[in-house]
Amino acid sequence: MSPDTIARWQFGITTVYHFLFVPLTIALSVLTAVLQTIWNKTGNDAYLRLTKFFGRLFLINFAMGVVTGIVQEFQFGMNWSEYSRFVGDIFGAPLALEALIAFFLESTFLGMWIFGWDRLSKKAHLVTIWLGAIGTFISSIFIVAANAWMQNPTGASYNPATQRAELDSLLQVILNPAFLTQWPHTIAASFVTAGGFMAGAAFYLLVKNSKEKAPKGDLTAYRKGLKMGAWVLVIAGVFTIVTGDFLGKQLVTHQPMKMAAAENLKEPLADSAKVGFQIVPKAEVFPGLLNWLYGTKNIQTIDDVKANQIGPNGYRFFDRKAGEWVEGSSLQTTSYSAIQGSLAEANMVPSVGVSFWSFRLMMGIGFLAMLGGIVMLVVTRGGKVPNPGWFWTCLAICMPVLPLLANSFGWIFTEMGRQPWIVNGVMPTLQGLSPTVGTGPVWLSLVLYTAIYGLLAVVEVGLLLKYIKMGLPAAEKVSIKDEGEELSFAY
Amino acid sequence: MTILAAEAFGLQPLWIILVAVLWIGFFVLEGFDFGVAMLVPFLGKGEKGKDDQARRVVINTIGPHWDGNEVWLLTAGGATFAAFPAWYATLFSGLYLPLFLVLVGLILRGVAFEYRSKREAPQWRYTWDWLMAIGSFIPALVLGVGFAWFLAGIPVGMAPAAFGNEAVFVAGGLDQWNLLLVVLTNVFALVGGLLFVALFLAHGAYFVALKTRGAVHDRAQEYGSTLGLVAAVLMLIFVVWGNLRMGPNGVLGVPWFPGEGATDLFGLLAWVVGILALAGLCFAWWMNSKKRDGWAFIGTTIATAMLVVMIFLHMNTGLGFADKTLIDMTSAASSNHTLTLMTIAAVCLVPVVLAYTAWSYFFVFRRRLNTVSIPALTVNTQN
Repeated sequence: MSPDTIARWQFGITTVYHFLFVPLTIALSVLTAVLQTIWNKTGNDAYLRLTKFFGRLFLINFAMGVVTGIVQEFQFGMNWSEYSRFVGDIFGAPLALEALIAFFLESTFLGMWIFGWDRLSKKAHLVTIWLGAIGTFISSIFIVAANAWMQNPTGASYNPATQRAELDSLLQVILNPAFLTQWPHTIAASFVTAGGFMAGAAFYLLVKNSKEKAPKGDLTAYRKGLKMGAWVLVIAGVFTIVTGDFLGKQLVTHQPMKMAAAENLKEPLADSAKVGFQIVPKAEVFPGLLNWLYGTKNIQTIDDVKANQIGPNGYRFFDRKAGEWVEGSSLQTTSYSAIQGSLAEANMVPSVGVSFWSFRLMMGIGFLAMLGGIVMLVVTRGGKVPNPGWFWTCLAICMPVLPLLANSFGWIFTEMGRQPWIVNGVMPTLQGLSPTVGTGPVWLSLVLYTAIYGLLAVVEVGLLLKYIKMGLPAAEKVSIKDEGEELSFAY
Repeated sequence: MTILAAEAFGLQPLWIILVAVLWIGFFVLEGFDFGVAMLVPFLGKGEKGKDDQARRVVINTIGPHWDGNEVWLLTAGGATFAAFPAWYATLFSGLYLPLFLVLVGLILRGVAFEYRSKREAPQWRYTWDWLMAIGSFIPALVLGVGFAWFLAGIPVGMAPAAFGNEAVFVAGGLDQWNLLLVVLTNVFALVGGLLFVALFLAHGAYFVALKTRGAVHDRAQEYGSTLGLVAAVLMLIFVVWGNLRMGPNGVLGVPWFPGEGATDLFGLLAWVVGILALAGLCFAWWMNSKKRDGWAFIGTTIATAMLVVMIFLHMNTGLGFADKTLIDMTSAASSNHTLTLMTIAAVCLVPVVLAYTAWSYFFVFRRRLNTVSIPALTVNTQN
């Protein structure tokens, strides 16, 4: 394999793996904080027990997110040094600010939350989980903004003296349409994931314990957890669809090749104003549906994009409403003559198979997860509980797994669909590679990361299952303890 | 805004100082938690059946803090990326294998803290205990070797890069295996690695002594006495060698004023802070023998901070690379625009971060731990 292929596999594996933990961290921290807030307001012990139950699961997950996240920040310099050198003036700042603003907040206050149950007042302790949750949100803003800039590099231009991209306008980077559509979609999907996780665990325990002589208080608490999780899943699912629609329309404008590949538009169109949706390749249904979804009367095929995306001044956008090609961002146009080397790669097409299927799997699996949430709400309505059985166990297991899969396919589509570019329309992926690292070291790290991550996945899932099966912890009086007294939590 | 413009004010030196401050914060804070984690298998040797309790006391001294401490590293990395992209690109790609080792260590130790008490089986717990010790030893050693190498100046050269341009690479793009050989034959760098390990072990022992009572506390003091001595000897070698070898005529060159121009002052200052680092360590050892835990910890804190300052004084404007004509503070820096924005963010936010970190250490978790503070030898069913 060529060095860039190995490095791309490594980035793909480590990033997809990292993002298994991230959405749970983002949204489960909020849901746990909500549970604890309800407990603070009502004093109902069921919510304290739920807080501790989901808090514990949240922390098992959070640990993995933290340690795999460090790899992400270092990887840019280690494997993609020329990318880092070229874009550091713009791309470095969000990473630095993410650490400075978000990671410190998150780690310090979650540390206080974990160990602070009997060292902080009830109110102060509640504030710590909310600050931790806010930290995870800020983190998501910075990192999605950084990624969005790679998809659509706004607010920057090429400086021939330094041979790199430099920041023109921070405001343009923040108001990047790619960021404004990607971030809400990512957050909504995170809530689908956390809702599914919460509903799945609570549903499993409710069904399992309903026929045994479990205390009634336990069953009530599981039901509360299930309701909250399932409703979060369904409502967040609707938001994911709506934001996904905005995101799709944005992509048609700024990354028309990505969308043409996602829709498998290889053949010339009979009528570009009446294009249907392909459920599987070439099985087109509902003529005109694609035009409606993407808000354009002029759907562009892969060949159309190839013929039009490079204009005399460089990379171009497709104005979907007018159905015309217009000039791209300042970086994509001013830099173009300086990076003529990219011309050869400019007309390469991302893998149509990967784009087409990851796009569909993302949507299909996401819809299935929503359906699962609705099923759980229906079968438990009015105090009913289904009889324990393999079907319900499977459903419980699917609830967190399906959204995680959908998230992964979404990111695989986002990143693979951007190829051959590392910065869309500006820098080909191949040019961003560290040219001096060589294949041997990257092979070594790829194999070892994969092995370590694989082992840790087994350990993590084992712990999650163990702590889910243990069920709700007993309600314990929460009070501030003196030195020399036994603490309620310790590693 | 114009007051902050680089031409008038010099934002690049400010950012070198900021990066140095982040590394100081990282080594001072993560230094003791590296040390504590390395000591877990050793300090946690109680009477039969009691050692798990003792180990948990040791681990819990850093329980609420280790994650926040590690963020200093992420921030140092991020700040380097944002303020000096070429520094970040050259260094991180050049030191691919060492950094990979650091990352593996950090992954193992982080997971070990969180997971070791989640199951009861002794084998489970002992495995994680050793993983957290090894996972802390590796980064301490590798970063020590690296920083010693920065002091000496990492060789650089030009090699082909993106878009047919040339860029600066460590050792001109020498392959990683040969580069490893270069490092392993650099005795000074290896001394640096050992110094970092010994210093952090002592720093960690004094921290455990400060944060615990009972048998664990006493054992930490005993370990601290040996470790402090070893660290002091290594520090002496490092400070003298590190400052001498900067002379224009090599090891026996004019020691007091290495280089020319502005570096004269830097060389002198490097001696001053180097001696302060050594003095801090001796003070720490002395205070530990007098059973003054707090002062001993302050001693190693000063030693760690001064050691990093000394290294940065030698790095000067050359960013730890040997050839300033190829890469230095100015050529590696981001645009004035970016530096200005980053400066505003840092000035506003760093004090806030420092404030709540201090609150966590000095207020929320100010108390000492004892084996009685730790819930019985069962899995935490109570979060």
